[in-house]
Amino acid sequence: MPHSLTANAFMGLDSALFPWASVTRTVQAEAVSASANETPDQRRARLMSAAQSGDRRAYERVLADSILLIRMAARRQGVATDRLDDVVQETLITVNRVRHTYDPSRSYDAWLTAIANRRAIDALRSRGRRDSRELHDDMAFDNHADIDDASAATEQMQRAQRLREAIAELPPGQREAVEQMGLHERSLSEAAELTGRNTGALKVNLHRALKALRERFNGEP
Amino acid sequence: MSDPRPQPASASSERSYESLIGRLSTELVPVRRLPPPSLRTLGWLLVVAAIAAVLLMHYGVAGMAQRFAGTPDLAWAGVGAVLTAISAAWAAFALSVPGRRAAWAWLPLPGALLWIGASGLGCLRQVIAPGTQISTMHQSADCLVFIVGFSIPLSALMVVLLRRAYPLRPVLTAVLVGLASAAASASLLEICHAYDAAATDLLTHAAAVALVVAVNMAMGGRLLSKA
Repeated sequence: MPHSLTANAFMGLDSALFPWASVTRTVQAEAVSASANETPDQRRARLMSAAQSGDRRAYERVLADSILLIRMAARRQGVATDRLDDVVQETLITVNRVRHTYDPSRSYDAWLTAIANRRAIDALRSRGRRDSRELHDDMAFDNHADIDDASAATEQMQRAQRLREAIAELPPGQREAVEQMGLHERSLSEAAELTGRNTGALKVNLHRALKALRERFNGEP
Repeated sequence: MSDPRPQPASASSERSYESLIGRLSTELVPVRRLPPPSLRTLGWLLVVAAIAAVLLMHYGVAGMAQRFAGTPDLAWAGVGAVLTAISAAWAAFALSVPGRRAAWAWLPLPGALLWIGASGLGCLRQVIAPGTQISTMHQSADCLVFIVGFSIPLSALMVVLLRRAYPLRPVLTAVLVGLASAAASASLLEICHAYDAAATDLLTHAAAVALVVAVNMAMGGRLLSKA
């Protein structure tokens, strides 16, 4: 029948010209029913594809599933353990911003790892810049030799421990402000982006937290 | 493979991940997926093709065909420029999506070698057959203006398209943008190029391409990395 022939020919032409369209359809169909024998990469690809269409649960799962991959990538780049959290957070924020660039017909892990590597290199560079401004350890030791004995070091550790405990007991908003700006040395705007709070609230929280800590330590004998 | 698995995240960092993920997912809105690099390249090439069509209507095919028949190496240089434009554009679009190998940046090399090599042969012919018409510096300056004049809008268009993506290597991507738009302009120049390739001509081409690549590198590095 000429009519159906035309329709078929058009569909053939359509899929030849726009092969991505059929890929999108396939991936969306898969998103509904997860097959049992898919690899972790395929599962993440399916979840991310669903997240691109606005599925919040899928997004939550794929981001949680990405943390270990990001940490692995950052470790491979040589990021120190205490900086891993920063790389994970910054990578998640970048993933959120550029999630439209993920093509579900390609590997999610490769996409994520490329972004994580970039953020890891950024972290290493900023660490390098900070270190270059700081006094070198050996020089510091020679010029300002530690004349205190072991008991002073123990006391220092105990004081740090008390401070950590005091911070942990702060209300969540205040604790967050101290952690972001005091401990991680983030700027007000960086902290605002990471926590999703506005800068005013962060400033107030930091101020209150410092006041509470001061009162607590000065009040103590 | 040794296990690069770091120790699991501490309880406090897991809490902070959870709160970040929770916030990102509650604010989630559907996004329009970026079309694949091949399709984006095609879109950009269509603009180049449209300009070529306008130029062909104005200048006609006859002049170009005659020139190519007389000096086949010029035709090869044109083919090389077209191949360079296509492959560099594709590489730029492909590298602007995370997860592609940086080695794709070498893709325009064969086309560029053909382009530069065949243009170089044109120079040599000056020595072998001195009878051919040599373009003066003035005409070469026209070439420079032409290439730069077309490269700027073509680069700008590509930069706009690339900003929607996420180039992890902004400088390398900018070099490819510059190469693609300079090669495309040089291809367009073939349509209305009245003179045969000469040493001055090749130098102007090289200067124009270098200029466009350098400006793109200097600007694109920042223009693209903001994304």
